[in-house]
Amino acid sequence: MRRLGASLLSLAAFLGAWKVLTVLTGTPDYILPAPEVVAERGWRAIQSGVLWRHTAVTLGEVVLGFTAGAVAAVVTGTALGKSVVIERVLSPYIVAAQAVPILALAPLLDIWFGGGLLARVLICALIVFFPIAIATMVGIRSTDPLLVELFRSLGATRGQITTRLEIPSALPVIFGGLRVGVTLAVIGAVVAEWAGASIGLGVLINIADQGLFDTPLMFVALTTLAIIGLAFYSLVVLVERRLIHTALR
Amino acid sequence: MTTSTEPLRPAPSYTGAPGLAVRLDGVRVSFPTPDGRLVALDNLLLDVPAGSFSVVIGPNGSGKSTLLRVVAGLLTPEAGRVILGSGAGASPPRAGDGRVGLTFQQPRLVPWLTTLENVALPLSLAGAPSAEQHARAEAALEQVGLAEAAQLRPPNLSGGMAQRAGLARALIQDPPLLILDEPFSALDALTREAFDGELERLWLERPRTIILVTHAVGEAIRLADRIVVMTARPGTVAREVEVELPRPRPADLTGDPRVAEIGRVVRETLAQVHPPELAPWTDSP
Repeated sequence: MRRLGASLLSLAAFLGAWKVLTVLTGTPDYILPAPEVVAERGWRAIQSGVLWRHTAVTLGEVVLGFTAGAVAAVVTGTALGKSVVIERVLSPYIVAAQAVPILALAPLLDIWFGGGLLARVLICALIVFFPIAIATMVGIRSTDPLLVELFRSLGATRGQITTRLEIPSALPVIFGGLRVGVTLAVIGAVVAEWAGASIGLGVLINIADQGLFDTPLMFVALTTLAIIGLAFYSLVVLVERRLIHTALR
Repeated sequence: MTTSTEPLRPAPSYTGAPGLAVRLDGVRVSFPTPDGRLVALDNLLLDVPAGSFSVVIGPNGSGKSTLLRVVAGLLTPEAGRVILGSGAGASPPRAGDGRVGLTFQQPRLVPWLTTLENVALPLSLAGAPSAEQHARAEAALEQVGLAEAAQLRPPNLSGGMAQRAGLARALIQDPPLLILDEPFSALDALTREAFDGELERLWLERPRTIILVTHAVGEAIRLADRIVVMTARPGTVAREVEVELPRPRPADLTGDPRVAEIGRVVRETLAQVHPPELAPWTDSP
């Protein structure tokens, strides 16, 4: 209850400061709209169904891209963690793919994969992949070698050592990667939409900016993206608490 | 080597007793290091009779833990043979075949599993039905006096409780050979004395072959049918000392002239194989 109160208070303070800034500077709405202007524009966008139409598409991309990227990353990260040879062979490509700006890569993937949902999910998955794969690798490597020997003494197979020991013991670190990854998924979805899409919150930002000069609508889209990021991040934290913290309490 | 005085009561005879005979024949194990190969064990010959309680004692770095790992099938010797059992059933050790129960210096419990799940781990990895896992884990916990801690997780166990859980895990498959690598070295002296007594009781109730490694001469005499004194690296057997004292043995054996004599022989041997200024063995841990 107290934590909720503190959160509401900080939100109120943020909105208040924003309002004061617009009043004091007298900035016009097309540069920095006041909070109530954004709220009113948001309400209209909700009522007309525009906001939900774009949000639904972006949500789908985030969910699919994050899931695909996270699954691929945990599998790859486990292989990287278990085998020095695999790490030597694969890691240059993984690091190179991460070092190339996703903004530059997105149009290319868009051309290769037909510019549809598949291309956007792939772009999203690609940006999600790196932090989770690295976290998984580090987590797998930090497994207590004494426990590995215990499992070997009990005749555990390599597969059992991976699934029953290494991945569970890496979970806290993997969840660190998932927290970073899930927020990147939102960025990935918007970048993918900018590279070529006709619908989605990224597209809505472009329409509001270049087509309509509707800055309040841009703020509505940005706020929605922030809420999506926060919601998914909280979901990851919630799952993490259920999986790890209760197990060790 | 036998002590001169006659035992009050004959020590349990291990011929034909349940348990697994262990035979090491010319065993050599070495490890690569930056300065060349380190020979941990060389030309090791050791016969452990089935059903006997053997205690291995020796200086640090004498390859005691390596010896246990070879017997448990975790390490394959580069020369020589290790055979468990006798007659038709004799074969080299294979990790996870259920013939060997192993405990370590640290209890090595899986931190996210309950005590019960930790104890059941050998059965769970072998794919036993969960009802069987549960029942046998409870029985094993009962055996070591830890039944009430079944649902606790390792972070909530004391050092002694954790060691008990490790022992229950080693006992759950009722192995004919139990290997204990300095099992009580992390415990305080009082807890340790109690443990030694319980271990002897468990063994008298259900005889099996036990090989225990320790640094403490007193503990060795308290528990052993025979004490195996190791040389410094590369480890091999310096001497075997029979301990023919009646069982169960009291915690305090000081004052018994036979004990003093065995202690003298063991310490003398240790002093010969290892310069005294480096001697790490003690009576009180």
